[in-house]
Amino acid sequence: MFQFSRADELLEICAKQNLELPDAVILSEQEEWGRSRDEIWYEMEARLKIMENSVEKGLEPDLKSIGGLIGGNAAKLKSYIQYGSLGGKIINQAVAYALAVTEYNACMGKIVAAPTAGSSGILPGILMALKDEKNYSREQLINAMFVAAGIGKVIASSATLSGAAGGCQAECGAGSAMASASAAYLGGGNPGVCMEAAAMALKGLLGLVCDPVAGLVEVPCSKRNATSTANAIICADMALAGIDSFIPFDEVVDAMFRIGNMMSSDLKETARGGCALTPTALAFTQTIR
Amino acid sequence: MASVFDIIGPVMVGPSSSHTAGAVKLGNIARRCCADRINKVDFYLHGSFAETCRGHGTDRALLGGILGMNAADERIRNSLEYARESGIEFAFHSADLGDVHPNTVKIIINCANGSAGELTGASIGGGEVRVSSVNNTHIEFSGKYPTIITVHQDKPGIVAQVSAIFANHAVNIAFLKVFRQSRGSVASMVIETDQEVEPSMLDEIALVAEIKQIMFVDV
Repeated sequence: MFQFSRADELLEICAKQNLELPDAVILSEQEEWGRSRDEIWYEMEARLKIMENSVEKGLEPDLKSIGGLIGGNAAKLKSYIQYGSLGGKIINQAVAYALAVTEYNACMGKIVAAPTAGSSGILPGILMALKDEKNYSREQLINAMFVAAGIGKVIASSATLSGAAGGCQAECGAGSAMASASAAYLGGGNPGVCMEAAAMALKGLLGLVCDPVAGLVEVPCSKRNATSTANAIICADMALAGIDSFIPFDEVVDAMFRIGNMMSSDLKETARGGCALTPTALAFTQTIR
Repeated sequence: MASVFDIIGPVMVGPSSSHTAGAVKLGNIARRCCADRINKVDFYLHGSFAETCRGHGTDRALLGGILGMNAADERIRNSLEYARESGIEFAFHSADLGDVHPNTVKIIINCANGSAGELTGASIGGGEVRVSSVNNTHIEFSGKYPTIITVHQDKPGIVAQVSAIFANHAVNIAFLKVFRQSRGSVASMVIETDQEVEPSMLDEIALVAEIKQIMFVDV
């Protein structure tokens, strides 16, 4: 009754039964797994706490990743924006938090994959920055996480969330779409607006390859989480302004999947192309072999 | 259909679900091959596992799993030190394991009682794994469900005897696969269940006369 694999199915469930997006997603989880609403809610709340902890830990200035390529960038940005910035506070705050989670991840810290470890910074980045600046309640943040989960389920059903199968568009692209919909929800957008935000966010990152330097989840992954975070906020604002994607979310997901299939495996997590084959990357790779 | 907690999750120690979380899981499954204290572990890393082992913490993840840690355990970062403190010797080797998944590892465990256990498996993405060999016998399972693995004599009636025990305990069998080297010789059953498995049920299974060995994996 509440099962969906496409965005239009999810929207129809919301419209027919007069449900908000998070409630529709929770009901589908209850139905599929036979769990109570409370149980599901508290498990999501526990994940929010882990996200908060990973942001906090990742902001420490003396972090060094195990691969040695990143650490401390979140702290740099956080300190820089205290005295103003070009892009504005919320975007930069969210980006700093996204950097924090990915840097903590690269130090073998505990994170919540959202949808993957390599794209774990985007959703917490946006949720924490909006919490700081707009004072959303915990309940609203948890609801926003269910919105993100609904978007992720649609992508998992019709395409993939794996960089090895679809490139970075399937990880950071998906994470950005999920976070954008959750931001649009927090901004007061109805289910349709959330889908437009997700569609524009994923569309903006179509074709993004997965080309990790030395195969590590460090460069360019961490900063791609940063730019995917800014992308998510911009698309949420566009959707809230009444701009639509023109291409519906389901079709963008299909396009993403087809692009992933066309992409050479050299550009899908194998470190055989893109950034991973630049002279700088190759020189670094030599030093750790 | 995926759960929302597969999408917003898993909760794990980074940096990589395939090279870290999956590696912890393989280590954790492998430790069940040894019924006694573990003396020494050799890890044979293939393909991408060998190439990016240190930068992904694959070494610490595998060893953390051997020590019984799960993928969300923050002690994984220091598992090499924990292993040394517990007097467990370990070594990591690059190896060509043939035409297998790029993230494959073969783990050989030497136990204090003199026996040796083997497990080969691959981390296939998203923290999920596929075991392909236990104690040098080809079997397959994912570790997603509580799993019972038997080593028994290949003769009629064993599957029925064992499945009757499951029925008596009201434990549903999600998947059942039978493997054997040749007819009438040694065979293995891999039984993946939907419910928790009580130790008393394992004891009952072990009492079936033709069953020589039983291993239980719940990670």
